[in-house]
Amino acid sequence: MTTLWIAIIAASLGCYGLKLAGVSLPGPVLNHPRVQRISGLLPVAMLTALVVTDLFDANEHYTADWHTLAGVGAGAIALRFGRSPIVVFLVAIAVTAVTRTI
Amino acid sequence: MRLNRAIFAIELQASTRSVLLVSTFTALRSRIPASVIVLEPLAERAAITRAAAGIGLYAGAFGVTFGAVAVRAGLSVTQAVAMSAVMFTGASQFALVGVLAAGGSLLAGVSAALLLGLRNAFYGIPVTRILRPRSVRRALAAQIVIDETTAMAVAQPAPRAGRYAFWVTGGTLYMLWVLGTLAGALIGGEINTTALGLNAAAPAIFLALLWPQLCQKRGAAVALGAAAVALVLVPLVPAGLPIVAAAGVAILAGLLPDRRRGEGQDR
Repeated sequence: MTTLWIAIIAASLGCYGLKLAGVSLPGPVLNHPRVQRISGLLPVAMLTALVVTDLFDANEHYTADWHTLAGVGAGAIALRFGRSPIVVFLVAIAVTAVTRTI
Repeated sequence: MRLNRAIFAIELQASTRSVLLVSTFTALRSRIPASVIVLEPLAERAAITRAAAGIGLYAGAFGVTFGAVAVRAGLSVTQAVAMSAVMFTGASQFALVGVLAAGGSLLAGVSAALLLGLRNAFYGIPVTRILRPRSVRRALAAQIVIDETTAMAVAQPAPRAGRYAFWVTGGTLYMLWVLGTLAGALIGGEINTTALGLNAAAPAIFLALLWPQLCQKRGAAVALGAAAVALVLVPLVPAGLPIVAAAGVAILAGLLPDRRRGEGQDR
């Protein structure tokens, strides 16, 4: 077995172990009121951070891809008009792709 | 009380009875959330399936890119597909092959992958609260706990819809990610995801799924805090950690006592 295979298997096991640990909290812990509150806030905090780090890259100074920003901005406008996630998603992609051709 | 009203109505004359019955019915209806009324789940499921299909398609396109990049970094087709099937967490996979392509050590690649996979452990908490999985189902669910499945599951108003969203999104994404990887690894060519505007796909769908929470005071405050922390940390710490730090913001906010309800009242 090559070292590359070992690395792939090690990383895969590690990543799976992290996921499994997350879904293995015992019931009493999950039902604790504080854990319930935290649980409700985790996705909004983490996914917002994910969106922000997707949109703004940074090595020495912050950079952003203006086409993507315009697309996501257009998606946000669609959201204000009460559009469903799939419509918002399509608007964002289309606007990003179109602004790139300009 | 509702029952009394219905019995009372039966004892009345037919004409008055119907009026009372109608009023009882509307009173009943108004108390039931929209999602419980018979026809709603179908429409709800269709909306979830559409969103899952959209997510699956962009994931498939990035899967093709991953396959091509992996082969270029020196992986075999089998290794590339094995990574997608077993590791199944995009950011970690790209990090590992990225380090290899740049001539970095395997250890550096594996640690980069693990740092990016760390966030999935935190996603497990809200996902478990919705799924309550046991034994085999827990082992299966764990494999597909990633950004997209978590976002889809928590965005649904009822746990039942959340469970459906989780499995449909996970299944679609898994299939298309692995197939995309296989295609990319075999062909060695990429889909031009940049030209297709697909870089906006993930941020847009997450924004849409988070929207109801962002419209609430508490959710918006936590999101703002998390965004600020992540932005500050991006240039300072390895990839993956800004998002874990954002989990810290959620934990802090959750530990603060909720003044409106008080500690004693929630169970």
